[in-house]
Amino acid sequence: MNGFVFDIAHLLAGGLVLVSIMMLYQDRLYALLNTFALHALILTLSVAWQAYVQDAPHLYVTAAIALVFKAIIIPVALHRIIRQLGIHREIETAVGVGLTMLAGIGLVALSMAVMLQVTSEIDPLAREDLAFALSVLLLGLLMMVTRRNAVSQVVGFMSLENGLVLAATGAKGMPLVVEISVTFSILVAFIVIGIFLFRIRERFDTVDVEALDEFQGDRR
Amino acid sequence: MTGSIGLLLGCIAVLLATAILAIGLGRSGRATQVIYGVTAAISAVALVAALTQLLDALHDNSTLTLPLGLPWIGANFRLDMLSAFFLVVVNLGGGVASLFGLGYGTHETTPGRVLPFFPAFLAGMNLVVLADDAFAFLFAWEFMSLSSWALVMAHHREPGNARAGYIYLVMASFGTLALLLAFGLLAGPDGGYAFEMIRAVEHKSLVVALVLGLMLLGAGSKAGLVPLHVWLPLAHPAAPSHVSALMSGVMTKVAVYGFIRVIFDLVGEPNWWSSIIVMFIGGATAVFGILSALMERDIKRLLAYSTIENIGVIFVSLGLALAFEANGMRLAAALALTAALFHVLNHAFFKSLLFFGAGAVLTATGERDMERLGGLIHRMPVTSVVFLVGCFAISALPPLNGFASEWLVFQAILQSPDLPQFGLKLMVPAVGGMLALAAALAAACFIKVYGTVFLGRPRSAAAIEAREVDHFSLAAMSILASLCLLAGMFPGLVVDALSPVANSLVGSGLPRQAEIAWLSLVPIAESRSSYNGLLIFAFVALSAWLAVFFIHSFASRAVRRGPAWGCGLPSLSADMQYSGDSFAQPIRRVFGQLAFRAHEEIDMPAPGDMRAARLTVTMRDIVWDSIYAPIVRGVRFVAKRLNGLQFLTIRRYLSIVFAALVTLLLVLALWA
Repeated sequence: MNGFVFDIAHLLAGGLVLVSIMMLYQDRLYALLNTFALHALILTLSVAWQAYVQDAPHLYVTAAIALVFKAIIIPVALHRIIRQLGIHREIETAVGVGLTMLAGIGLVALSMAVMLQVTSEIDPLAREDLAFALSVLLLGLLMMVTRRNAVSQVVGFMSLENGLVLAATGAKGMPLVVEISVTFSILVAFIVIGIFLFRIRERFDTVDVEALDEFQGDRR
Repeated sequence: MTGSIGLLLGCIAVLLATAILAIGLGRSGRATQVIYGVTAAISAVALVAALTQLLDALHDNSTLTLPLGLPWIGANFRLDMLSAFFLVVVNLGGGVASLFGLGYGTHETTPGRVLPFFPAFLAGMNLVVLADDAFAFLFAWEFMSLSSWALVMAHHREPGNARAGYIYLVMASFGTLALLLAFGLLAGPDGGYAFEMIRAVEHKSLVVALVLGLMLLGAGSKAGLVPLHVWLPLAHPAAPSHVSALMSGVMTKVAVYGFIRVIFDLVGEPNWWSSIIVMFIGGATAVFGILSALMERDIKRLLAYSTIENIGVIFVSLGLALAFEANGMRLAAALALTAALFHVLNHAFFKSLLFFGAGAVLTATGERDMERLGGLIHRMPVTSVVFLVGCFAISALPPLNGFASEWLVFQAILQSPDLPQFGLKLMVPAVGGMLALAAALAAACFIKVYGTVFLGRPRSAAAIEAREVDHFSLAAMSILASLCLLAGMFPGLVVDALSPVANSLVGSGLPRQAEIAWLSLVPIAESRSSYNGLLIFAFVALSAWLAVFFIHSFASRAVRRGPAWGCGLPSLSADMQYSGDSFAQPIRRVFGQLAFRAHEEIDMPAPGDMRAARLTVTMRDIVWDSIYAPIVRGVRFVAKRLNGLQFLTIRRYLSIVFAALVTLLLVLALWA
């Protein structure tokens, strides 16, 4: 039983990392959003599995939140935004896809090396979980750094948050209230960023963040 | 005996309350009298409490813990022999400065900027000496630094004072940083910040060496060790004169206290080579300080440089004590330590006296430039007498106190052939030579001061119109002058009072001096050396009286005033006198090239040309040029480079955060 529990948890967390890497090479916005929805779905499954394994009913709530907000509401909302804004649907990358993928692989290796070394005495399930969570987090950050489009930066930010949730559910005893507040703060961030997207678009006719830099104050 | 420490802490609390009261009194006319009156009274109470502790036959230490500061330690205070001695220095200086302030303070243009900080400064210095854990010590140290900084900035609109304050603030923060690191090393990873815990732990020799270096940086920058002294000749003169006296005479001693407390008391057994470092820095400080003083024209800056010299003497003596202690020569260590502490006391006396004198001259004439003074002996007779006593004392002339302590330092140096290490055998006499040079130069320096300021003819209208200062100031100076004389005449009594202090630090005190016939001072053995200040005083007094008696009985009693011989020139103006600069010129020619890159340029007109000849002297501050200027340039360069960081794109900032995160993770992966 224990081996099976471990394998499923491992599979789901590993799947999350895989989808994170998949997001790195999407070059269409709609495809990116679909991948993000998949990301959130796998997170939901992973959290639900943790809830079942740890026999912690409150984690089902977390899973439900992840499913409703991240797998459904946010992707749909982003779809609507893209349609309404009529955004150019190709993603301009700042760094080439190949290089980004290589960097992503390096980051996954790095987080494995760090986590497996640092957390040698805690139980292996949480340990693997933390290592995967750190990879997801770093990959999310990498996506934010390498994309110029504001929408894909939002997606990077959201996937980064998924990594946080994964880490939180892996560690036993994280209170529900913390998870809910984290989720809601992310939601608020999403709303704020969404509003900003509209404003940026209204003003500058693009959501390429490089365009903002031209309007920065006096530069030396 | 919680009584005396409770009383002392009570005094500190009253001082702090006085500081607040001073803010409340504001511009009221009585504020000056009230505040200085209160501080004088409290200092007197604290002085009596500290003296009782020091002279108490039982010598028991008392401790007190207040529920302040770090929650798991509290604020610990302890009154032992060492702190009792330094409390005597602090409160004596504080009391006399308050007395001087009663008179001097009435001329203050902005009393609102001085009065609140003066009691706070006194409270801070008392608190440093009483502190018994690192947190309380550092807090009090910083409190002392900041309140003295506020006093330096009292006249912030005068040219140069703002820069002085800025440099002081930077150096004080740097010093506190070094102290913080030193205490961090001593406390170790468990955070045993109470001095008791630090004492109980056996420290590794690497830690001891690092702590010594950090203390030399931290306490040394406050005390004015070369090359950390740059702020001192700027900041000390910028404050009002009684505060200058406190900063020079007392605050530098608090820094010496910090050094002694950590190096002699807390870290335990010293290494013999550490003494070489301390001694060498001390010797260099002494020579460089007094040479700089000789080149100076501003009387208060000159006194500040002379403080640097005396700190050098004290540190040489402390280094000797370390050397002897490391070799288990307890009596010699006690001799060197006693000499250092005696000089601490003496320097507090005569430097305060001299700064008060400079303050009196400043009040009377408004001048600090010695080349615009002169002839004050006729206009300020009392000040000139007490100032002369101060000059004698600081020049280490018997029978005054400066001689007694410097003589003890040289006695300690003469013990050096018994040291086993060859390096020390070579080093100590060399440092002794440096001290001898410094002592001779100090005498020259104070001849220059006295001769230029008080003798000769007035060089400016202000000096002609000078009047004697008020009674409070004169009383303060007279008290200090008599203390200088008394400590010089009865050094044995002071040495006896210091014996328990030395005993608590190096495990031995000097033999009891009070029972020796004729009140002689015999540090080691009668056969080696002895000194009797009383006898010399009697001889000086008697021979002077005899000379006066014979001259007046066999020659005329009348005072005759005749024209001075002017080498045949028809009229003599005051500018044609021998000036301070001309007095220092030979010494500048000998040492100036090396120490100041002094450069003389003579512009001699051709025969027949009627324009005046000119002698231009340029001098550089080599310490500033070679150490501080490159640091300033470096900081400017880096700041300019980093300026670009303020104008990056959002994605760049994100990338930097990302890169930092990845780098840290990499370090963790490689390290762990």
